[in-house]
Amino acid sequence: MLAEAGASDGPSRGRPVASRRASRRRRQLRHYGVVALFLSPWIIGLLVFTLYPTFASLYFSFTHYDLLSAPQWVGFSNYRFMLTDPNFWQSLRNTLWMVVFATPLQVAFAIGCAVVLTRVKRGVGIYRTIFFVPTMVPAVAATLGFVFILNPSGPIDRVLSLLRVPQPLWFQQPAWSKPGLLLLGLWGVGTTMIIFLAALLDVPKELYEAADIEGAGPWQRFRNVTLPMISPVIFFSLVIGVIYGFQYFTEGYIASGGDPSTLGSPQGSLLFYSIWLYQQGFQYFHMGYASAMAWVLFIIIMATTLVLVRSSRRWVHYQGGFL
Amino acid sequence: MIIAACTAGGGAGGSSPPAKSSHKPVTLTVWSFFTGRELKQFDGVLAGLKKTAPWITVDSVGGKQPTDILRAINSGTAPDVAIEPGPDDSAKYCSTGAWINLGPYITQDHVNLSSLSPPAALRYTSYKGDQCSLPMLSDAYGLYYNTAMFKAAGITSPPRTFSELEADAKKLTKKNPDGSLKVVGFDPLQAFYESYAIDYGIYSGASWYSSSGKSALASDPRWAQLLQWQKSFADWYGYNALTKWFQTVGGANSEFSASNAFETGKVAMELDGEWRVAFIASDHAKIHSDYATAPFPVADNVASDYGAGQIGGTIIGIPKGAADSADAWAVVKYLALGTQAEERLGELLKNVPTTFPALKDPVLAGDPNFKTFLNIFANPHSGYKQITPLGTADGDLFSAFIDKYLAGSVPNLRAGLQSVASQIDRQVQLG
Repeated sequence: MLAEAGASDGPSRGRPVASRRASRRRRQLRHYGVVALFLSPWIIGLLVFTLYPTFASLYFSFTHYDLLSAPQWVGFSNYRFMLTDPNFWQSLRNTLWMVVFATPLQVAFAIGCAVVLTRVKRGVGIYRTIFFVPTMVPAVAATLGFVFILNPSGPIDRVLSLLRVPQPLWFQQPAWSKPGLLLLGLWGVGTTMIIFLAALLDVPKELYEAADIEGAGPWQRFRNVTLPMISPVIFFSLVIGVIYGFQYFTEGYIASGGDPSTLGSPQGSLLFYSIWLYQQGFQYFHMGYASAMAWVLFIIIMATTLVLVRSSRRWVHYQGGFL
Repeated sequence: MIIAACTAGGGAGGSSPPAKSSHKPVTLTVWSFFTGRELKQFDGVLAGLKKTAPWITVDSVGGKQPTDILRAINSGTAPDVAIEPGPDDSAKYCSTGAWINLGPYITQDHVNLSSLSPPAALRYTSYKGDQCSLPMLSDAYGLYYNTAMFKAAGITSPPRTFSELEADAKKLTKKNPDGSLKVVGFDPLQAFYESYAIDYGIYSGASWYSSSGKSALASDPRWAQLLQWQKSFADWYGYNALTKWFQTVGGANSEFSASNAFETGKVAMELDGEWRVAFIASDHAKIHSDYATAPFPVADNVASDYGAGQIGGTIIGIPKGAADSADAWAVVKYLALGTQAEERLGELLKNVPTTFPALKDPVLAGDPNFKTFLNIFANPHSGYKQITPLGTADGDLFSAFIDKYLAGSVPNLRAGLQSVASQIDRQVQLG
């Protein structure tokens, strides 16, 4: 019956249905058009400033390209060159040093500062500001400041001299140059510290009360309650820190003099991966090699991040239990 | 040979004669690295072009670095005339055609370059016979020495050889009661102001490249001799002691300030450029009446080369794609080869003019301390490191190596030199 009715009604009702569908389609198209119009600045930006350069650099990494002549296809030559380039390996070693030592230390120091700040009863706002202010200093100014205060005639060495402690030539000796930058990194942990502070204040009090009832001491409370509860933030900070560490540039560039002929000094100890990449690409105009280095760096960062993500399943605890 | 090649290239480069200027009103863009006071002075000299080429209006843009020029060439928005602070990129510009060969214009105007500019200046502005740029002012490096300290130490004349330099420096060095350095006779370390060890090649007769185009750092024994001498000299002070002293007197940042170690009497001798004469005057340095200049000493085995020195400076050229290269050539010719413009630029910017007639400028030559540098520039044995399409890469790599060697981190000098030479040669593979 219904089929019949439908069949009999078909010709008479078909046109309005089709017309309604067409009208809905037009409305949808108009809707998508408006959405696309509003999204277009971002889409154009993504295409022109992100996707195109990304794929262009992938292509350039297989070429010799000096920015003045057309790129010449050379296959994997640039990647093979890396294996025999002493500066590539030295810059990778220096960068790994920063990632391995500076990143965990900065995270630990930020947690420490945040824990201290949770204990402060009076003037907490002032202390938070004092800890956070260094992050507002531009990297170049901060580095120049550290180069100045760690200079042999600077205040730190004067204090060390008064205490009859040997005064290292911080940014003139390879053994001390990276630790000097590490100190600079610790000084500027304000942003990470604020995130940890928020996480610490978010730990439910009941958990501490339960731990107290179980007879847990301060260290056990910190080890078994605080750390697991802030582990997602630790994970986030580590991932961000590792990515930043592999791209470490400004501080190393300034501390080594900021002059093309002295980059990486003293004795190559501050030649970081991004600095060598920059020199190859923008000073020697070996854009093909620089692109290849950029892709290798991308792969290294991606692999390290994946390892961290995989390992996080064992030590990161999410309250919501989504993972 | 090289001079002949330069001038021949300059004269015969290019197959067809270039188009001549139509003398129709035209506006040309000139990019330079000058900023602030120097840009104003440069623009003032540029304004003089109206007398010889009244149809040309110049739009002078300052603060443009080599990377800016390269980007503009790459994107097809190059200026009509480009000026760079150093000659390191000239070989790359020539070999890639990024700056046009000026040879056809030089031939067309019957300019005899070798009678106008010293051969060394033509060497660092040309590559494989193509004159893609011209020198427009230069720096020349020599020895600044404190005459009062010399007198007190009983030294009657400036050193002429490395061994004399070392002996005088040891006499002039003074220490504090705690054993730290108070006054240094001469700082032989890499990167003490202008004392880049790589520049010492000129003073030791060492070659950068062999006739086959390979790096000669390992094959030319004079490099090893130079570095060994330099290291033993630095070791006499103690590498750390010297490094600490330099940082204590202000480090690299004090070079262009009134706290410059030479100007404040903390170093008795230094290798520096001609501009220091003007700095000493403008800083009202306390040594302003107690100093003199001389050619920098040379290695003992090339003592006859005394008088020559490291030179090299601003280059000017026409990037490819310039809309009106004939008129652009008029600007280049006026600034680089015009006696009046060169003299005036030299007087205002306190640099060495690059043409023989301008070197006789009585204003510049009237100061005996500045005249030293005019003579060094004109000396046929003076020169700049051999330029290659590698730009500054060879110098930077060698510089980093010297830094390690002088600090005692290179156990085997020969092996180290071979390694860095090989690294430089392999850079060519990167295109």
